[in-house]
Amino acid sequence: MKCPNEMISLMHHYLDGDLRPEEEQRLKEHLRSCAACAAHFHELKKTVAFLQYAAHLTAPPAFTTKVMKMMPKEKKSARLRRWMHGHPLLTAASLFVLLTVGSFASSWGENGAFSVSADEHVIIRDHTVIVPKGETVKGDIVVRNGSIRIEGTVDGNVTVIHGKKYMASAGQVTGEIEEINQVFEWIWYNIKEKVNHALQSLE
Amino acid sequence: MDFMDLFIKKRIRAVQKGDQNAYADLVDLYKDKIYRLCYRMLGNQHEAEDAAQEAFIRAYVHINTYNPDMKFSTWLYRIATNLTIDRLRKRKPDVYLDEEVNGTDGLTMQAQLPSREASPEEAVESLELQETVQRAIERLPEKYRSVIVLKYIEDLSLQEISDILGLPVGTVKTRLHRGREALRKQLGHL
Ligand SMILES: [Zn+2]
Repeated sequence: MKCPNEMISLMHHYLDGDLRPEEEQRLKEHLRSCAACAAHFHELKKTVAFLQYAAHLTAPPAFTTKVMKMMPKEKKSARLRRWMHGHPLLTAASLFVLLTVGSFASSWGENGAFSVSADEHVIIRDHTVIVPKGETVKGDIVVRNGSIRIEGTVDGNVTVIHGKKYMASAGQVTGEIEEINQVFEWIWYNIKEKVNHALQSLE
Repeated sequence: MDFMDLFIKKRIRAVQKGDQNAYADLVDLYKDKIYRLCYRMLGNQHEAEDAAQEAFIRAYVHINTYNPDMKFSTWLYRIATNLTIDRLRKRKPDVYLDEEVNGTDGLTMQAQLPSREASPEEAVESLELQETVQRAIERLPEKYRSVIVLKYIEDLSLQEISDILGLPVGTVKTRLHRGREALRKQLGHL
């Protein structure tokens, strides 16, 4: 006897848990009287059990460490913020030293004059440095207390202290772009500069 | 919202703010699920690890596009499923052949199976069964394979699977039925 396909369909709905009570009743009655369908149903349930058995598997050792090593570099300010969070005493101590030495904090606090370090390819208008379209500035640019508008290209790093950067599109700066508008970013910038100087004088 | 959801939300927010270390907690939380999915989809330990790593890196890079209305796991599963499907499609036929000939990949897998008291015979049997199930899954066409893996390996609801694959629940059910029938023909007689 060939059974209706409907029975197979009911079996699958049963496995998905969306069989109405009267449908379930119909399936059960049929399975009691039909060996072929009962075998089919048994095989389906066994298949599901095998699949569930195969679910036991864990990631290889050191998986997380490996992923973290592959991560793209994070923002420096996030790293510093986290470091400050984890080392409050050291942070306080270094801040104290920095404030005593005074140069960083006072240079941050004063209404510093607008200044820019860049070559002759830029235009300066109302405290805004403009890298014109079609021009390429070779070397780093540091703008203090002003902003920068990049329409051309910069072959180096761009740092804006107490100001904003505006870019026509991404990818016009070959180096790193940094905006420094908070004290800790300023401190970080100074530490980095000092370390770079120290390293350069060693070389 | 339970404690775990809150913890996950907080970690995601920290990552979005640029705290990379917070991401390690998320990787730890989901690494088994994502690795398992990749392994069952690709059937090869080395490729599965590589794909799972890539899925986590992709999720990190695009973390700002994550919509918090969706479960984070759903989003991760979507990334990992798409990635493995891409890899299956890009596979050259000779890769299949290679695996068929080597077939030793499952042996090293033993170390990763959860340890429980088992006799050596049992261990061999369970390993063979894992292998058999894996080969059966691999013989499924990719559209049935993803649904079967998400349902039975990852134990997800039909609604979640529909969200992950971007398919109506009805389509998910149809594929599940066909996938189960195809597997029954291979595994049902064991
Ligand atoms: Zn029947």
